[in-house]
Amino acid sequence: MVTIFEVLADPTRRRILDALRERPRSVGELVDQVRISQPLMSKHLRVLREVGLVHVRRDAQRRWYELHPDPLAEVDTWLASYRHLWEARLDRLNDYLKELQDEEEKHDQDEPYR
Amino acid sequence: MTRTSLIAEPGKQEVRVTHVFDAPRDLVFKVWTDPKHIPQWWGPKRLKTRVEKMDVKAGGLWRFVQRDQDGTEFAFHGVYHDIVSPERIVNTFEFEGVPGHVLLETSIFEALPGGKTRVTGSSIFQSVEDRDGMLSTGMEEGVQESEERFAELLTTL
Repeated sequence: MVTIFEVLADPTRRRILDALRERPRSVGELVDQVRISQPLMSKHLRVLREVGLVHVRRDAQRRWYELHPDPLAEVDTWLASYRHLWEARLDRLNDYLKELQDEEEKHDQDEPYR
Repeated sequence: MTRTSLIAEPGKQEVRVTHVFDAPRDLVFKVWTDPKHIPQWWGPKRLKTRVEKMDVKAGGLWRFVQRDQDGTEFAFHGVYHDIVSPERIVNTFEFEGVPGHVLLETSIFEALPGGKTRVTGSSIFQSVEDRDGMLSTGMEEGVQESEERFAELLTTL
């Protein structure tokens, strides 16, 4: 089974999601906006539907594809902990080292951080 | 803006960061490898980190658990492969929330003149897709902008 991470790793699929952020669209509109062939669009839409990011709503004779962002919560969790992993770590370490060194100056002890 | 530079070249499996600390290398290495210091700096500030396991030697295990304000926990674990005090640490890293995506992390500590230390961190993902999925960017418009765009996408939640 394809994971949401693999789904989002594809730039075309992200362009499709971007297009759907504005409003639900038909396949024809998506083909125009994203500029890929209709068969390829259908393939991408199928993958997006499989992970639940896109839902289809039928309205008279048209099928509207709409963004359903709930599965992104999983990604958000991952990103919150993870995307800025190194930055968050190093920035905080920077602050913490400053604190430790300030304390060291204040107390003037031997090996204060052992 | 962040004080850390992040490099993620298109088509590669690596994310690399560097940061120069205004602290001597022994201290930086000590804080990096001592469980008592980890909760003070590891990971985003809004999460409380607790060290469940931290056996800093080749083959030793580590496991850190982060908790948010709602009590939701995120756990991370890995194995230390190489510890050369105070120069280098090599370890694996896995977020238990998304199992099966293991990173190999290398942290290099270089002493600079004036009692400063440069830390270079590298994370190697198992595939380019894994890395780009993590960064959520195809890199074609630069890491920063794509991240902003993705952040916007998340606000539609």
